[in-house]
Amino acid sequence: MITAHQRQEVVAARGIRVTFGAVKALDGADLVIRSGECLGLVGHNGAGKSTIVNVINGGLTPHEGTVTYGGKDATHGIATARANGVRCVFQELSLCPNLTVSENTRIMHAGLKGWAWRTRALKLVEAQLADVFPGHGIDCDSTVDDLSIAERQMVEIAISFAGANERPKLVILDEPTSSLDAGLAAQLMTYIRRFVADGGSVLLISHILGEILSTSDRVVVMKDGRVVADRAASEFSTRTLVEAMGNVVREQELHHGQDKRLGTPILSMPPRRGRGLAFEAYRGEIIGFAGLGGHGQTQALLDIYLSRNSNWWPGRKEELAFVAGDRSLNGTFPLWSILKNLSIASLGGLSSRSLVDRSREAGLGETWKKRIEIRTPDMDNRILSLSGGNQQKVLFARALATAARTVLMDDPMRGVDVGTKQEVYDILRSEAAAGRTFVWYSTEMDEIRLCDRVYVFREGAIVAELVGDQITEQNVLASSFTAGEAA
Amino acid sequence: MKLSSATVRLIIPAASLALLLVAVFYMQPRAMSYTGLNLLFNLAVPIALATIAQMLIMAVNDLDLSMGTFVSFCACVAATFLQTSPAIGILIFLGAIAVYAAIGVVIHVRELPSIVVTLGMSFVWGGLAVLLLPSPGGVAPGWVRWLMTAKPPVVPVAIVASILIAAITHFVVMRSSFGVAIRGVGGNHRSVERAGWSVIRLRAATYALAGVFAVLSGVALVGLTTSADANIALRYTLLSIAGVILGGGEFVGGKVSPIGAVIGALTLTLAGSFLSFMRISPDWQIGAQGAILVVVLALRLALNRLETREKTR
Amino acid sequence: MNASRLLLAKPWIWSFAATAIVWLVTILFTGGASSLGLSQAALTFAAFSVIVGIGQMFVITLGPGNIDLSVPSTMTLSGTLALKLMDVQDGMILFGLALSVLIGFLVGIGNYALIKLLRIPPIIATLSMSFVVQSTAIWSNRGLRIKPPQSLAEFTTSSLGGIPNIALVALALSLIAWVLLEKSIYGRWISAIGQSTFAARMTGIPVDGTRFVTYILCAVLASVAGYLLASFSGGAALNMGAEYLLMSIAVVVIGGTAVAGGNSNIPGIWGASLFMFLVVSMLNTYGFGAGFRLILTGLIIIAVILLAGGRQSAR
Repeated sequence: MITAHQRQEVVAARGIRVTFGAVKALDGADLVIRSGECLGLVGHNGAGKSTIVNVINGGLTPHEGTVTYGGKDATHGIATARANGVRCVFQELSLCPNLTVSENTRIMHAGLKGWAWRTRALKLVEAQLADVFPGHGIDCDSTVDDLSIAERQMVEIAISFAGANERPKLVILDEPTSSLDAGLAAQLMTYIRRFVADGGSVLLISHILGEILSTSDRVVVMKDGRVVADRAASEFSTRTLVEAMGNVVREQELHHGQDKRLGTPILSMPPRRGRGLAFEAYRGEIIGFAGLGGHGQTQALLDIYLSRNSNWWPGRKEELAFVAGDRSLNGTFPLWSILKNLSIASLGGLSSRSLVDRSREAGLGETWKKRIEIRTPDMDNRILSLSGGNQQKVLFARALATAARTVLMDDPMRGVDVGTKQEVYDILRSEAAAGRTFVWYSTEMDEIRLCDRVYVFREGAIVAELVGDQITEQNVLASSFTAGEAA
Repeated sequence: MKLSSATVRLIIPAASLALLLVAVFYMQPRAMSYTGLNLLFNLAVPIALATIAQMLIMAVNDLDLSMGTFVSFCACVAATFLQTSPAIGILIFLGAIAVYAAIGVVIHVRELPSIVVTLGMSFVWGGLAVLLLPSPGGVAPGWVRWLMTAKPPVVPVAIVASILIAAITHFVVMRSSFGVAIRGVGGNHRSVERAGWSVIRLRAATYALAGVFAVLSGVALVGLTTSADANIALRYTLLSIAGVILGGGEFVGGKVSPIGAVIGALTLTLAGSFLSFMRISPDWQIGAQGAILVVVLALRLALNRLETREKTR
Repeated sequence: MNASRLLLAKPWIWSFAATAIVWLVTILFTGGASSLGLSQAALTFAAFSVIVGIGQMFVITLGPGNIDLSVPSTMTLSGTLALKLMDVQDGMILFGLALSVLIGFLVGIGNYALIKLLRIPPIIATLSMSFVVQSTAIWSNRGLRIKPPQSLAEFTTSSLGGIPNIALVALALSLIAWVLLEKSIYGRWISAIGQSTFAARMTGIPVDGTRFVTYILCAVLASVAGYLLASFSGGAALNMGAEYLLMSIAVVVIGGTAVAGGNSNIPGIWGASLFMFLVVSMLNTYGFGAGFRLILTGLIIIAVILLAGGRQSAR
């Protein structure tokens, strides 16, 4: 019976390639999920986990490769995936906050049509909540806005597992326990085992390796857009999983990091959320913010920046500069030329009596065009005429061109090609040697290893500080994955 | 039982209406009668209908700046075509509703700011109204007049109609699947789309429904005034927005309340009467309306703060 | 070739082209008899729209949702109070101007205070403000029509070298606005805020301060326009600002300023203001009524926003 289940494919993605500009998000990845199994999916940031989830749920069409549902070929898309019983609980909450729990159930389940749908929706979601989280205490008539984050996540999970007419075949859970406490997480894991035993399948993504190991039948490890390991969960331990995610060979490289803590710190911040370590920065340091994506690094940078910058009065002189990453917090001004994008942060020094001196501005542009090699025939071209990497260089130049003593960087090199990265790294090092301080949130291990000192974030707080030779992928992974298990 | 935030949001508008009513009765005890109430709330019905129309548009995070001119246009149609040749009048109304749906589609497909598109439409409706009735005139159809001046026992028609409007729209917007989907678009349109709904159809339907209520508002207005002119309802753009806000609605996020909107419209109507009873000079009446708006918004901000503080605690 | 393409790429060129066409069509109908009078009238009436439109444009540049609905009531109040203060005395002209600028300041401060303190969208904040301002105007007006001082009335109605003085004032204000927008740090800031408030904040721009100044600027320009309009038309009327509510927004949109913010355009406001006036006079000469004029205005606005929106999505 069980072997028959296992042979049946629910979803199979084979040879998937997806590229975003110069970046290969998926580079020939295979992922097959069979009925009656829980598949654990792990990997560091940018390994391609979210991308392959988006391919499977139909939201993203791969540039190469095939996706089949139930062994049959079909047109790719959200509708096909839904019709084949694929449901997805997204990392960012995707309920309508202004609707009640049962109304959200109605939105998600087309089967709840007709009269008295309210009663049926209410019954459905209440039964499912009680099934997954016994004793949950959530009032299903209350608005989602009124629920706590944990309760919202519970509701979303329950709605996804519920079936109005037909039960789902595959439920994809992307970090489902990120806001649940240990007891609720354990209830969910128990339910996943029951669901799987009844013939359903689950794709589980989590940064808590203990969860993955105890709940999954099989674990797939991704790295650089490829599947690097695919074995039964029993063959892994926490340590071997971490090793599989990292790259042991590259550990042999030389470390640049050294302890430069001298004198008084030029920036500091008390422990975040009242726990963990405090933050301090000294002159000429390159400080890394490491850890898994979305664990409070960006927020920490924003807090540092905003607390030292008035929203009402122009600052006398810039103390801090900020380089935005290319994701949601894009720092470019799309209607402007490259030059205007470059000079916006240093206009104070380029103007007399509040009027911008065009020739001095152009001079600044030429200097930085040469220094950081912005590949454009004319700095007056639109910023959007540049490739992503070159746009990012402009944002860098914007910060470096200011007189700021400290530069905060919010994962700016994500999606930038290797050549550009090396150029920027060189500039960073020389600027740091000249006495500038950099605070650098990066999701890439190679960049973290360039830092003098590294703070590892987990769940919004700093959980570890690594200095000089301690900065290894092993140590960073260990602190970002396993620190929570001990807590 | 714990109070839901939707209920809490209804408390302020209901309380301000009650307070205002008490104040009016205190100052003018004679208002506490059938005819008194009828006079006080006389104009409430068209305002309530326009407010409901605006509320529907606001439920999908848009704003209709053409509400006033559109209601004026509908009033002109009602006083001319609907009276002389009802079939053509009804056809014109259907066409206007179709235009509303089309506006919804255009705004959605081209991702245009609703404020500017409806601003343009306000000129168009205004122009059409002027073409229909260059000078005040026209006659309300008899049945409309009869309906609006009916004298049901015990409770005046304005109040009966308001309760009816609130009940019907509460059912459509708050209880039906369609209403849930509309509010879902305002709350998180991406997840509504992901769940397999057609957001463009929902938006078109919302706009069309708003058009229906605006048409009714125009007809009701003519029933009260007996004749129309092209500028008869220009105030309704601002009144309808203010009514929704007073009734606990929000500009974004699909947080609307039909009952609240009707209460908001009643409050605005009553505020006019109240200010004249207060013997506030007519000069300051508009200003006092602005002040009332500010005070209610400030109250709500305070209440929201209190609510979030309790939640985080 | 290159120069003409550059010219065609400017969004304001279209409003001027349309203006020229409408002007020609009108002149053709009248056989060229009234070309000077028509041009002068167009310049005069466009000037008021320009002054108000510039202020509105600064606000709209701040990005989606930013709009000032208190413009008409500010115009009325400023015109009313300034004429009252001057009381037909020539010596008081500058005091009157100072008073109207002060009124603009107060209204602007009030607007932004409401936006910030009550955290309500500008559209509702400026609307509430306009109620209060309008009431003040009604209260102070009392139905009396005070004439403007003699020399001020003469100044606003006469012209210099064939160009109406009012148009010259508007031109001077446009030049100042243009310098502010194109040359000054402030201009860069409002454009940055309009494109992305968050990115602007993260480059160290004092976002609240800049928005505050912008709302004041808009109200001051509306005040000055009210002062001039009241002097031009021989006294303040309570509804004198009414048509400028929609007009101020319309000329900004037709003039090629991005409704989504970040991109503004002063020449376009001139083109659009002249165009709006000339369309009216063209339709009048051809015997069309107010209804057609309004419908056409609305269709033009919608057509422009459809075209402009298409330009953005093509990017």
